[in-house]
Amino acid sequence: MLGRLTVEALPFYSWVAMGGAAVTVGGGIAVFLLITWLRAWKVLWTDWLTSVDHKKIGIMYVVLALVMLVRGFVDALMMRAQQAFSLNSEGYLPPEHFEQIFSSHGTIMIFFVAMPFLTGLINIIVPQQIGARDVAFPFLNSVSLWMTAAGAALVLISLVVGKFSQAGWTGYPPYSGVEYSPGVGVDYWLWALITSGVGSTLSGINFIVTIVKNRCPGMTFMRMPMFTWTTLCISILIAFSFPALTVVAGQLTLDRTLGFHFFTNGDGGNMMMFANLLWIWGHPEVYILILPAFGIFSEVVATFSRKRLFGYTSLVYATACIALLSFTVWLHHFFTMGSSANVNAIFGIATMIIAVPTGVKIFDWLFTMYKGRIEFHPSMVYTIGFMVTFVIGGVTGVLLALPPADYLMHNSTFLVAHFHNMLIPGALFGYFAGLNYWFPKAFGFKLDTKWGIRSFWCWIIGFYLAFMPLYVLGFKGMSRRMEHYADPTWQPYLIVAAIGALFVLCGIACIAIQLYVSARKWGSARDITGDPWNGRTLEWATSSPPAPYNFAVLPEVTDIDAFHDMKILGQAYQPPQHYEDIVMPKNTWIGPALGALAFALGFAFVWYIWWLVALCFVLSLVCVGIRASDDNSEFVLPAAEVARIERERLAQISPADMHDMHDYVPRGAASGAPLTGTV
Amino acid sequence: MSAATILEEEQKHALHSREFGFWIYLMTDAVIFALLFASYAVLAENSAAGPTSNDLFDLSRTAIETGLLLVSSLTFGMASIALMHDQKGRVVQWLFVTLLLGLAFLAMEMGEFGGMIEKGAGPEVSGFLSAFFTLVGTHGLHVAFGSLGIVVMIGQVLVKGLTAPVRSRLMRLGLFWHFLDIVWIGIFSAVYLPGVL
Repeated sequence: MLGRLTVEALPFYSWVAMGGAAVTVGGGIAVFLLITWLRAWKVLWTDWLTSVDHKKIGIMYVVLALVMLVRGFVDALMMRAQQAFSLNSEGYLPPEHFEQIFSSHGTIMIFFVAMPFLTGLINIIVPQQIGARDVAFPFLNSVSLWMTAAGAALVLISLVVGKFSQAGWTGYPPYSGVEYSPGVGVDYWLWALITSGVGSTLSGINFIVTIVKNRCPGMTFMRMPMFTWTTLCISILIAFSFPALTVVAGQLTLDRTLGFHFFTNGDGGNMMMFANLLWIWGHPEVYILILPAFGIFSEVVATFSRKRLFGYTSLVYATACIALLSFTVWLHHFFTMGSSANVNAIFGIATMIIAVPTGVKIFDWLFTMYKGRIEFHPSMVYTIGFMVTFVIGGVTGVLLALPPADYLMHNSTFLVAHFHNMLIPGALFGYFAGLNYWFPKAFGFKLDTKWGIRSFWCWIIGFYLAFMPLYVLGFKGMSRRMEHYADPTWQPYLIVAAIGALFVLCGIACIAIQLYVSARKWGSARDITGDPWNGRTLEWATSSPPAPYNFAVLPEVTDIDAFHDMKILGQAYQPPQHYEDIVMPKNTWIGPALGALAFALGFAFVWYIWWLVALCFVLSLVCVGIRASDDNSEFVLPAAEVARIERERLAQISPADMHDMHDYVPRGAASGAPLTGTV
Repeated sequence: MSAATILEEEQKHALHSREFGFWIYLMTDAVIFALLFASYAVLAENSAAGPTSNDLFDLSRTAIETGLLLVSSLTFGMASIALMHDQKGRVVQWLFVTLLLGLAFLAMEMGEFGGMIEKGAGPEVSGFLSAFFTLVGTHGLHVAFGSLGIVVMIGQVLVKGLTAPVRSRLMRLGLFWHFLDIVWIGIFSAVYLPGVL
């Protein structure tokens, strides 16, 4: 009846595991009680969970990412604490527990922090940047969100029922095969990946179509904001690479569940094939995480330098180059696995070439800042911190790209330091910059800058303290993922790294305080115009938070920085001649239902509860069938209602609230592209 | 503009987007098949002292399967032509014929799989057989989903008539069905033919 699920699965075997389970269950119960106490279930269901509004879906994605960030960071803190003390001793974590922690840390940070964070920001902003009223497929968007949430729920429940994988976040066979990892851990990992991977693939398709088909009149490809460009590139990367993840996870699942021999040691399996297939997805994935952050940095640096972005065209081409090259370098993740010297050389050179377009970008941002009137808003501070720190990571990356050098540093903490040096400043700082930059757009009030700056300093100091020692330790020969060690000269570095993790903890606390403090003084930091930073792109033309339809009248665009031009020409905040009826998608319960079914399906597969697998599968097909036959999924918002909402908004905006654009009126031939129309 | 016309305009745009999106979905599916083909190519020789492709493949059976699937693509094409001429009855008839051909293909494939497993050549025997069953089985699973789609669409044509959304869905289902044909040609050329040579 319950497959291999028994009472033994509950974590009464260790205090640490029980603590983790208690926190997870306690957190769930606390949220449940809070919602009940606020009597918010109905609002939550009708306004949020069933919503297909891209802005609300985006907010839910970011909330998921922040919650999972805390969970993933607790894992990091536990690892740092373990290694700080485990010189010639077991420390406080038994090996099997330590292995689960580094596996879940990587899995969570990639799949359930970075992916939902960037997908959330894209959801909130990209449709507005291209002057669209919605994404191409609002319902599909909801399905993507709930598939991702289902994957996250599978990782969370593995803490309470059963164990998580001990095979690392990349789960190489044969160790992740059923012979050496017979429990449910790897199965949890696999189903979390498959479920959220399907969600990501659907997001990718959705955003390709949105950007290609839903741009407003006049917005040619070379007038799209940089963040939209990076989104288009990563959506293509997602559509090309995530199927590889589905395939490799599916094959390992078949190996484990039905005794297939894709990656087994004997019987004609080939475990090298796993490494190849995984990294055919995995390397593009690195750029999927980083490119949107590059887009955010581009927006932030132009806005807070008060200048047009330097080298827009070169940034577009650099982004496209990186996207293309990201498919040609996957083998550098396993130089040491015995390919021939020529194969290694080709992939090494391709890897080094990627540094070129990335360097182009750094120079473009620096030249944007050059002679700009820089404003040290938290998002700008994160951007500057990124530029300085990311270059270090880039240089160590070029070092690792040399196969002979990689033979020395492979699987050492040097590698750990390198990819954290890419992903923390490169991706996470970008998302934090985006959080500070676009928060008023999503919620209608600004975030507190003081706590934003504090969070930045804690994060960057914490980052350097935590990871620079790991570079040194890598040179000293320390392997990654060590539960304990015997070399006393390593310990001081590991203690510094642990102190760094404490600084990062303060950084996360500062973000929490920032959100709390800002929400407390809501009224005083309200964003009335919808344009708190004197922004340049179209997302600042809508109200904050935007009306459900974003734009009452679709804007027309003649250049990049469309909204900046509108403000100079005095076209912003002008009521249109007449309003029109607007077609809106209806909310639907099918998105959350499919997410719940995906979760139950994954859970049933993990525990071999075959009747539940069949039931969930059939119910999912029924849901899809119902949706596929529904030709009544939209409604019309009448023009009168649109006019009422817009008049109400425009009545609040007084000329005093608007930005003074006199300084930005172009003068003379050297001032860039001339503006058409009267000034 | 009245609410009805604006809904219609919006619907036209939405259907165009769906057709474009479906092409991209097919591309993601093509990547899945490409990697399953690659896996098969890597593992094809790894029969681990078990049966090899020479022992197992039967070209005459495969020829009939291929015939069924190719003809089903033709009959789906006939349904599409009937759709262009607004012949509702004809659309349903040709879809039904396509469904029968698809189911016959599936029945033959299941027979083939069943026979192999009976002979002790199931997917758990060797890397070669794992890759074979996964590649051909994934294609078969797609045909099964396509058949389910045909059933749903026959129902929609009968109940809703040839409305714009129904036409668009039929067009997308057609893309899916022809795509599976192309994949099968790949399977025939990369799996069965080299297997008996």
